[in-house]
Amino acid sequence: MGERRGAGFVTLDSGHCAVPGQELRGLDEQLPTLALVGSPNSGKTTLFNALTGLRAKTGNYPGVTVTRYVGRVAVHDRELTLEDLPGTYSLAAISPDEQVVADVLDLDHPTLATPDALVVTLDATTLRRSLNMLAQVLATGLPVCVVLTFTDELTRRQGSIDVAAFQRAVGVPVLTVTSGRRQELGPLRDRLVDWSTWATPALPPPTEPAEVVSWIESVLSSSGYVLPQIDRRTRRVDAVLLHPVWGTLVFFAAMFVFFQIIFTLASPVQGWLENLFGFLSTQVQDHVGNRFLASFLADGIIGGVGGVVAFLPQIALLFVLISIMEASGYMSRAAFLMDRVMAKAGLEGRAFVALLSSLACAIPGIMATRTLPSMRDRISTMMGAPLMTCSARLPVYVLLVGLLVSPSDRVGPIGAQGVIMFALYVVGALSAMASAWVFSRIGRRSGPLLPFYMEMPPYRMPSARSVGLAVWDACRGFMRKVGKIILATTVVLWVLLNVPVHSNATMAAAGVDVHDQAAVSAYTIDHSAAAAVGRFVEPVFEPLGFDWRINVGILASLSAREVFVATMGQVAAADNPDKPAEGLKHLTVQSGPRAGERLFTPAVLAALLVFFLYALQCASTIGVLRRESGSWKWPAIAFGYMFVVAWTMAFLTGLVVGALT
Amino acid sequence: MSILSVATAPQRRRARRADVPAQSVVDVATGATLADMATGQSARVLGIEAPHDPAGARRMFDLGFVPGAEVRMVRRAPLADPVVFRVAGYDIALRREQARWVSVAAPAS
Repeated sequence: MGERRGAGFVTLDSGHCAVPGQELRGLDEQLPTLALVGSPNSGKTTLFNALTGLRAKTGNYPGVTVTRYVGRVAVHDRELTLEDLPGTYSLAAISPDEQVVADVLDLDHPTLATPDALVVTLDATTLRRSLNMLAQVLATGLPVCVVLTFTDELTRRQGSIDVAAFQRAVGVPVLTVTSGRRQELGPLRDRLVDWSTWATPALPPPTEPAEVVSWIESVLSSSGYVLPQIDRRTRRVDAVLLHPVWGTLVFFAAMFVFFQIIFTLASPVQGWLENLFGFLSTQVQDHVGNRFLASFLADGIIGGVGGVVAFLPQIALLFVLISIMEASGYMSRAAFLMDRVMAKAGLEGRAFVALLSSLACAIPGIMATRTLPSMRDRISTMMGAPLMTCSARLPVYVLLVGLLVSPSDRVGPIGAQGVIMFALYVVGALSAMASAWVFSRIGRRSGPLLPFYMEMPPYRMPSARSVGLAVWDACRGFMRKVGKIILATTVVLWVLLNVPVHSNATMAAAGVDVHDQAAVSAYTIDHSAAAAVGRFVEPVFEPLGFDWRINVGILASLSAREVFVATMGQVAAADNPDKPAEGLKHLTVQSGPRAGERLFTPAVLAALLVFFLYALQCASTIGVLRRESGSWKWPAIAFGYMFVVAWTMAFLTGLVVGALT
Repeated sequence: MSILSVATAPQRRRARRADVPAQSVVDVATGATLADMATGQSARVLGIEAPHDPAGARRMFDLGFVPGAEVRMVRRAPLADPVVFRVAGYDIALRREQARWVSVAAPAS
């Protein structure tokens, strides 16, 4: 299982910063630092959240894309810093995330400061396994305090442990904390500030495997440990949910509902938000006298902020669903069912949820990769996810497919438009899988393949608090880290499309009716900086049959793909920029050998469709890739490879369609 | 005695599991590994052998596949892989690739 954050996961973060200490501003270096160590599913992050609340700060460990969570714990008049280390089953690291834990606990590590003391969370129901890691942690010689979790579940499943005897056996302080019992946090807090007085084992436990096995046996027998019975409820539920027929049916039904909720439940809320921001824009347009300033505020600023906020319903819903799936234990089951299929793409089962979410939008899809424990799988999935046909491509596809074939055209008994749309979805999904496969092959060359193993935790009731925290954490991170990238792109593109400013006199002199809104915007865009860019890059797109006006549309669509539709409408000076098809049909090539011919030939339309299928025309995706991978490297690679593939595939498609028509 | 009988392969970074012949990971005493167990069968772990991947073998040990531990094969995924095992009081899913590393004494129902 992935490490938990709220109900959730290891989270990647931006702030890829090589200087330790600088990436987490506002933390007092003088305070004693304690670190939480524990296996995934051991209740470690739940404990971290309970102790630090919403005061946690996030940053990166130097040099790696592993998120660092640090919070502050206040006990009476004293304070200490608490760090939530990535979840791991062992200090013998096999992944970058686990290496962070090993490095932090390594007293001799050159750059990472070792904490003053460690808090180890042990799931009481999996103690036989967990003691293995405790032995490794004790071997570091740092002061250690053990927090036993899930003791209530241990009792419920007829297991038992004598906590006092266990404390004597391991030789360090042991406390029990059951999730949901906040009164147990008081004694733990008091114990944490007294870290300098913690007992240390008289004899550190052995590290040699054979001796560790006997040490574990002796600790368990001296503390009267009774292994819990199999959780009957879990077995009964699994008999259905993992059944070859019923389990698969339930899985597809669950995924269908999951997708429907993100796709359909979020869209009315998104619609309301768009209306709200649209209303604000109109207010500004109406009340700000200067046309240029009004447009800047309305389209640049309010449009940009609206563009950021519009993603929040989807992100919030996705994280509600994902954290419920994670915390309840169903995520492991879903991954178990899909693992074989995803393995074909070099991924593991959990990547399915991320790819599925990308059908609604790549933003939540890429954020959903946080559920994957391996960084390499996360990157491979992120590199493929943007190729899934997201909802922002739909308006573009509808426009272009509408120009390409008429609604009455048929392929056999089926409408040709529907066939083309379906083909675009299928090709997008296959390309996403293929791309993930390629990147996972490349990733294998840079390091060892991780063995696959996945704990199947008993079904547990997700707590509203941890679901809420996961949603809050995701939305806050998105607003802070991705919001500014989206806003900046919107403003820059607005400037490109609207500068230089033309006075009414200039336009009148050029024969433009200054009272005709469509004519004014067409004139502005024709003489804008974007048009200059569009003309400048014309040689690049010329082989695809795109002229500078299409290039302007492609440039503008960087803020969001659907902007292409409105921009083309503006370019064509259509009376209604939202329905640009009529204007576009009659556009002709202005210069060159094709001058006077129709611009949107079937070959150009097909090339444009394929270009939009592959190209990473989305600043928000670039922003979220930046945040989730921790550096600009991966968004740059994604943009680059997708552009090359988009250009090549568009060129080939144009050739084929041109030859056929 | 080392219970992690791993082949010494310093070039682990270049190791490719696909190259490993199946015989080399089978315990000589019984020939049986976790991958050979049928649903509902139990067996005792004899050892872990992961040629070219000492760290992977160590991880299996840390996950509870220690010599003498009793393992039960709980269920197979609908597409035959991965497989859920119960060991050390919890359930864990392994792909066949990794299940083959753990040799077991003759499984029985």
